[in-house]
Amino acid sequence: MAENPYTLFLLKGNKVKVCKCFHFEKKLIIQFDINQTHVLWRCNVVKYIGKRLVYMFLTMFLIATATFFLMQTLPGSPIASYNKLNETQRAIVEKKYGIDKPKPVQYAIYMKNLAKGDLGTSFVFKGKSVNDLLASRVKPSFILGAQAMVFGTIIGILLGMLAALKQNTIWDYGSTFFAILGVSIPSFVFASLLQYWVASQWHLLPVGLWNDGWKSSILPSIALAMGPLALSARFIRTEMIEVLSSDYITLAKAKGANGFEIAFKHALRNALIPLVTVLGPVAAGIVTGSLVVEQIFAIPGIGEQFVSSIMTNDFATIMGTTLFFSALLIFIIFIVDLLYGIIDPRIRLSGGKG
Amino acid sequence: MEKILQVKDLELSFHTFAGEVKAIRGVSFDLNKGETLAIVGESGSGKSVTTKSIMRLLPESSSEFKNGEILFNGNDLTKLSDKQMQKIRGKEISMIFQDPMTSLNPTMTIGKQVMEPILKHQKVSKTKAKEVGIELLRMVGIPNAENRFKMYPHQFSGGQRQRIVIAIALACNPKVLIADEPTTALDVTIQAQILELMKDIQKKVDTSIIFITHDLGVVANVADRVAVMYGGRIVEVGTVDEIFYNPQHPYTWGLLSSMPSMDLAEEKLYAIPGTPPDLLNPPIGDAFALRSEYALKIDMEQAPPMFKVSDTHYAATWLLHPNAPQVDPPKTIIERMKTFRGSRYYEQANGGDA
Repeated sequence: MAENPYTLFLLKGNKVKVCKCFHFEKKLIIQFDINQTHVLWRCNVVKYIGKRLVYMFLTMFLIATATFFLMQTLPGSPIASYNKLNETQRAIVEKKYGIDKPKPVQYAIYMKNLAKGDLGTSFVFKGKSVNDLLASRVKPSFILGAQAMVFGTIIGILLGMLAALKQNTIWDYGSTFFAILGVSIPSFVFASLLQYWVASQWHLLPVGLWNDGWKSSILPSIALAMGPLALSARFIRTEMIEVLSSDYITLAKAKGANGFEIAFKHALRNALIPLVTVLGPVAAGIVTGSLVVEQIFAIPGIGEQFVSSIMTNDFATIMGTTLFFSALLIFIIFIVDLLYGIIDPRIRLSGGKG
Repeated sequence: MEKILQVKDLELSFHTFAGEVKAIRGVSFDLNKGETLAIVGESGSGKSVTTKSIMRLLPESSSEFKNGEILFNGNDLTKLSDKQMQKIRGKEISMIFQDPMTSLNPTMTIGKQVMEPILKHQKVSKTKAKEVGIELLRMVGIPNAENRFKMYPHQFSGGQRQRIVIAIALACNPKVLIADEPTTALDVTIQAQILELMKDIQKKVDTSIIFITHDLGVVANVADRVAVMYGGRIVEVGTVDEIFYNPQHPYTWGLLSSMPSMDLAEEKLYAIPGTPPDLLNPPIGDAFALRSEYALKIDMEQAPPMFKVSDTHYAATWLLHPNAPQVDPPKTIIERMKTFRGSRYYEQANGGDA
C-alpha cells in the first residue's frame, strides 16, 4: 500500500543538505509549519558550532604534525657551533634539548606537551619557554594589526562608498586612484616614505622602536593599513554600484529616504557581504604581524620573531609560532562564517529545535 | 471631480551614448480623486518612465525634463529640489514595484521596512510606529503579523512580499499610489488576490491609483479610466467602457484584437505587425502609422492632435478628423462596438428598435 505522501515528506524529507560553506557542511533542518503555511529553514546553531570546533581541532592536529616533520628537513642544526663540538659534547647538548631521541618519539613528546598547552622551550633564548616568548611578542603585533585593520577597513569602506555614490566623477576617480596606489606600492616603500617625511623631516612621530607608547604604533599601523584599505575600497565600490541599482534601493527612495539613509541603512550592509570573505584571511595576516613593516620600524613583534627563529633553526619557536598563526587563521575563518550570518539573514543559523 | 494630479505636456529625454532618447514626448493626463487610472501600452512605450518621472526616481544624471509640468498640491514636481521631493515620496505619493522578489531589502526585517516611512514622515514614537506597521500588515493580509514583524523578506512568498510592499506604500495614507505592473511577476491566482486587495484598500483609504500594466485583462478588472500609451505619447484616453467597447485609435484596436478571447475562438490570434518606434529618432508624424493598416498620408507628415470623442474620451488619430475617410475597424472591434451605446455600429445593429 502506498504511503501518505505528506507523512513521507515530514518523516524522510526533514534532513536536507543545502549548502556548502568552505569545506564544512551545514545540515539544515527543514521544518514544516502548518500554521504559517510556509517552510521554515532552520539550522541548528549549537550542532553547527560543535561540528566546526571538531574540524578546527582536526585541522590544528594536521598542521602540527605536518610542520613538525617538515621542520626536520630544514638544513642545519639548532646548535650554532655544531661543527666545532666533538661527539660527546654534541650528545650532551642534543640530550639537553631532547633532540637525541628518534623522530617519532620526539613527535610523541611534543604532541603530549602541546595537548597540555606547553609549546616547549626555545633553543636560542636560554631557558625561555615559547609560550612566554610568544606572549611578549604578540602584543605589539596585535596592537599594530588591529589598528591597521580597523583604520584600513573603515577608511576603505568610506572611500569605496564615496566612489560608488559619486560614480564617474572626480571623487570616484580620485578614490580609485588612491586605492590602486595602495595596492601597488609595496608597504615597505610606503613605510620608508612615512618614516622619512612624518618622522624624520617633520618630527611629528617617532621613527621607530616600541618605546613611545601609542605614538610608536601610529606610523607602522598606517603603513600596514594600506593593504586592507585599498582592498576594501575596491570591493565596496564594485558592490555598492551593483546594490545601488537594485530594486530595493529604488523602493527606499520611493519611501522618501535621503541619500545618507540609502547609503548607510540600505546599501552598505548588502555591499559588505563579499568584503567579509576576503577580509578574514587579510585580518589574520595583518594581526599576526607584518614581517617587513615590523623590521623597518624595529618593532619587537611576532613577525620578526618568526623569521629569526627560522634562521637559527629554533625548532620549538618555529613550531610555536606556526601553530599560533594557524590557530588564529582558523579562528578568524570561523568568526567570518558567523559574521556572514549576522550580516546576511539568508544564511543565518538560527537556533532550532532540531 | 477634484483633480489630484495633473500632468501637462510632459517631455522627458534620456541622454545616452547613442544620443538623446525622447522617452516621453508630450504626455498630458489628469488623475481624479479616488479613481484608478490604468496606463497601458507595450514595453518601451514610456508608461513606467512617466510614473517614475512623477516620483522623480529617474537618475538625475542621465534624464532631463524638456518641457511640461507635473502639478501636485499646487507644486510643479519637475521643479522641486531633492529635499522637497523626499517629503512627498512615500508620504503623498508612493509606489509599488513590479518584482516583489527584489524590491524588499534582503538584510532588513520587514518590520523595519514597514516602519521606515512612518518614522520618516510622521512624528511618532517607535512603539507607535510598530503598532501602525503591524496594523498595516494585518490589513494587507499577512497572517500572524506580530510574530512575523521580525522576519526577513526571504521568509515570505512572492505574493506575501507584494502585500508587504503594498503595506509600505500605504504606510502614510498617500494621496496617489503608483502601481508599476504590480502583478506581472506573480502567478495568476496570486494576481487575482493582489488585485482584489488593491481594490479593497482603495475603498478603505480613498487613494487615487495609477496602475501601469500591459495586461488588458487586469485593466478591465481594476480601472475606472484607461490611458493607452504608444511611442512616448498617450494615444487614447477614456473610461474603461469607452476604451474596451468604443476604441478609436488603430493602436487600441490592435491591442484589443491581440487579446485572446473566449467568444471568438475560431479566429487566429492577432498580432500587431512591426516593432515599436525607435525613440532615438522618433518618427515625424503618427508614431504608429508605419505599423498601421489604417495610416493616412497626413500620418506621415504631422502628429495628430487629441480629437474629442466624448467628454471623457479622447484619441489622437487623424481618422477622427472630419475630412478623414470613414474606415471600418477590424471585425473583432466591430463586434465589441455593437454593444456600446453611442458607437455608430450600435446604432446600425439596433436601428430597427430605435
